[in-house]
Amino acid sequence: MTDAITAEPIIEARALEKFYQQPDGGCIEVIVPIDLAIYPGKIVALLGPSGCGKSTLLRMLTGLAQPSAGQVFWHGQPLDGRLPNVAIVFQSFALFPWLTVLENVEAPLEARGVAVLERRKRALKILDAVGLDGFETAYPKELSGGMKQRAGFARALVVEPEVLFMDEPFSALDVLTAETLRGELMELWLDRKVPTRAIFLVTHNIEEAVVLADRIIVLGHNPARIRADFEVGLARPRERKSERFLELVDHIYNVLTQPEVGHVLPVEGKPAAAPGGAPIKYPMLPHARPGGISGLLEILEGRQGRDDLHRLAGELVMEVDDLLPIVEAGRMLGFLSVHEGDVELTPEGRAFAQADILSRKVLFRQAALAHVPLLRQIECALKAKADRSLPDDFFHDVLDEHFSEDETQRQLETAIHWGRYAELFDYDAATHRLILTEA
Amino acid sequence: MTGVLARAVFRRRTWSRLTELAIFAAALALFYAVLALGRTWLGPFTPAAEISRSPRALPGYAAYSLGRIVIAYALSLAFALGYGYAAARSARAERLLLPLLDILQSIPVLSFLPGVMLAMVALFPRRQLGLELGAILLIFTGQAWNIAFSFYSSLKAIPRELEEAARIYRFSRWQRFTELELPYAAIGLVWNSMMSVAGGWFFLMACEMFVLGRRDFRLPGLGSYLQTAASAGDTSAILWGLAAMIGVIVLLDQFVWRPVIAWSDKFKFEQVESAAGEAASRSAVLALLRRSGVAAALNRKLIGPVGERMTLFFARRAAAVVEPKKPAAWKAWLGGALGVAVVAALGYAALRAGLTLRKLTSSDVVEMGRGAGLTFLRVNVALLLGALWTVPAGVAIGSSPRLARIAQPLAQVAASVPATALFPVVLLVLIRTGGGMGLAAIALMLLGTQWYILFNVIAGAMAIPSDLKEAAGIFRFGIWERWRKLILPGIFPYLVTGMLTAAGGAWNASIIAEYFHFKGEIHSTAGLGAAISRATDAGEFHVLLAATIIMAAIVVTMNRMVWQRLYRLAETRFKLET
Repeated sequence: MTDAITAEPIIEARALEKFYQQPDGGCIEVIVPIDLAIYPGKIVALLGPSGCGKSTLLRMLTGLAQPSAGQVFWHGQPLDGRLPNVAIVFQSFALFPWLTVLENVEAPLEARGVAVLERRKRALKILDAVGLDGFETAYPKELSGGMKQRAGFARALVVEPEVLFMDEPFSALDVLTAETLRGELMELWLDRKVPTRAIFLVTHNIEEAVVLADRIIVLGHNPARIRADFEVGLARPRERKSERFLELVDHIYNVLTQPEVGHVLPVEGKPAAAPGGAPIKYPMLPHARPGGISGLLEILEGRQGRDDLHRLAGELVMEVDDLLPIVEAGRMLGFLSVHEGDVELTPEGRAFAQADILSRKVLFRQAALAHVPLLRQIECALKAKADRSLPDDFFHDVLDEHFSEDETQRQLETAIHWGRYAELFDYDAATHRLILTEA
Repeated sequence: MTGVLARAVFRRRTWSRLTELAIFAAALALFYAVLALGRTWLGPFTPAAEISRSPRALPGYAAYSLGRIVIAYALSLAFALGYGYAAARSARAERLLLPLLDILQSIPVLSFLPGVMLAMVALFPRRQLGLELGAILLIFTGQAWNIAFSFYSSLKAIPRELEEAARIYRFSRWQRFTELELPYAAIGLVWNSMMSVAGGWFFLMACEMFVLGRRDFRLPGLGSYLQTAASAGDTSAILWGLAAMIGVIVLLDQFVWRPVIAWSDKFKFEQVESAAGEAASRSAVLALLRRSGVAAALNRKLIGPVGERMTLFFARRAAAVVEPKKPAAWKAWLGGALGVAVVAALGYAALRAGLTLRKLTSSDVVEMGRGAGLTFLRVNVALLLGALWTVPAGVAIGSSPRLARIAQPLAQVAASVPATALFPVVLLVLIRTGGGMGLAAIALMLLGTQWYILFNVIAGAMAIPSDLKEAAGIFRFGIWERWRKLILPGIFPYLVTGMLTAAGGAWNASIIAEYFHFKGEIHSTAGLGAAISRATDAGEFHVLLAATIIMAAIVVTMNRMVWQRLYRLAETRFKLET
């Protein structure tokens, strides 16, 4: 494994950064300077919560998007707006619906000026390899999700890319299909049936990353930074029930749920850069609904107040992406605590789970005012006004300095959900105004 | 058994032979028509052709009119693709082209008439070509804008991942155009083309026969035939002309639009197959064409190889440029110089226009103000009347599949008849009953624009989810409550779209509706449209310009102040999430 590190990287990012200039001259950092290298013979998984900038990072590495600062090197040469020999497998498949499967796979070869006979030969060969023979003349809409993504793989592999990029390739598929496709991909890769030299996988599925990857990079959000970067070092095929596998999964949960702490991988694996989290400027509201939070608290209450996050996610058939914001919200409100990949109810959380609907609102209000500065701030501002109401633009402008445009919108939406549930204030969608609820 | 099979095979072969024969004959006829058209066009300049009222002249006239519309449409399509592409792909161009399109769209077609005609006749003073080109350009001004807008918004709506796939797989511009952009925009282009061509028929009468100052222009065609018949009050000729026009429109629908719609079905951007969508668009003609083998042979022998050559040529050219080129300095200079020239030309034109406007007397202005008010009133009465009957009718049709099966094809045929062709008949009736020109104008606007509202309301009523209807049933909503809480909010976004289109159409129609040559005399009523028509007839360009500016200003303001706000309301509050 170490020889790969000494080898030349195929793609190398140095101090890659993304920020957006605000109209008022400020700037919103989306991705802090990141160093990253892709070495031959490796599958790298980039793991992180949704909306953290994974996809932006992938697009900068492939040359599709321009970084705000820093540079991407392709075999030591700066990219500078050129497109390297890479391919992308997209989450939404991104097949052209008006072309048949064969025409879809031939299109990239057409773009490279390959003549028709040669083109057909190569396309048919790759379609055969991904198990799509017999479907050449079908249109994408006639195919199941799994078959569509097979076509996506065929289109990517037909150009014999040096690095195969995959942007959440399995997350639009059902569990079983996704598992089958992962197996088939590993077969192509491990048996060297394709000339691809490295794979870069973006995912929010922790297990998927541990099953597939040689190296895992965990990204934190707001702004995106590398929170952990380690070699998996498990023999293939990987045993999901093995102790080391579960240990790695737990470790990643730990990293994701405790953004403030630096993490070191326990024993065995090779701990790599794990930058400690810089203090966050403005506490970000996790995008969870009060209904989701109380649901999780109730489930925990039914399990003696404690459970393993990984097991919980599995049983609830929830992606980490959906579960983590809820856990995060519970923690922020003081209803939950997280240790070593386990979640545990606090006494407040237990009280909430046992209360009836109306008392829950009271408890939620108390917790929200105590722990969520944004809600406190909204309440104060509304109280200060004679008519007890303010336009949402006002708070939009306050948040604007800390978050990107989209994130500001989401922050405000989440705050409104929480505030409405807590009966702190109401929101009139027609006039876009927040109105204080009079006690 | 084998006998039956053999007969079936034989029958199919005969059919296929017959189809091929028909296609061959059609191609021959087309060739002849092009030849004949070319001969007339390059022939001597005859500004006022003698228009025969004999029904026997009709096939020829129909061919002339059809030829004009086809050429104007081809021009419109080419223009729309270029304009839409430029606006969508360059942010700088977008800032200029989009508002310009908004304004161009609001200028009534006939206001272009004098300028376009005189310019074209001056360009080709000795040949019929100038006059013909003028008529074609006029039809063009009624067709191009909505196609351009449709193409622009389709390009803007292409999903990001498809764009990225095209980039990462290094599609050349040509390949991106033919394999991503054009297919993605295809459905919008087809529907807007249909609307545009229908608009072409609407203005045909005005474009083929008109008076400019002291000069009388007449081009042989269906429009001038109808107008001549109307001027002479020849009812049987009017009916013959109408029948010919409806015949041509129905044939076009069957042999062009239906096959094209059925064919364009494959460009639907949906990832899942829907049974309803498949059944909705079928065309016997397309099926026949596909079976005949002519299309396949054409594809194999001509379209396929040429497309392949083009794709490979552009792909290899794009591949040759490895280094991203810095834009050459001379190109930037040229662009800058071009921009300055355009701005200077526009400034000069505006200055000249301003100088022309100085000729306006205060009585002109008062007259136009009054006219604008009256036309405004008429347009809105027509809209209101249209909504009053189409909303209940549309909801009834939309919520009963049985009724829809019967009513929808009928409505489509009725809608395809250009209102201008019916106008002489309407006028005849109204003048006999003493209704007068003001009522007739409203009737014409209504005839021309009610269909937009009707079809949109039908679509809206069909889109109301059945679970909401069931809920209304369970809660025992009364009729009033059902309309107020379910039907009106449900069709609101569609109603707004329909009314918006209808309003634009009604303003445009006012020019014909308020001022009409009939039985050798001019029937007119006070109004902005009449002011434009009269100014055209009399060659008073300052009045024409001023009235046009007022009309465009009113349409743009109404769009901004009323329709766009309603639109936003429809999108936020009355959107049915699925």
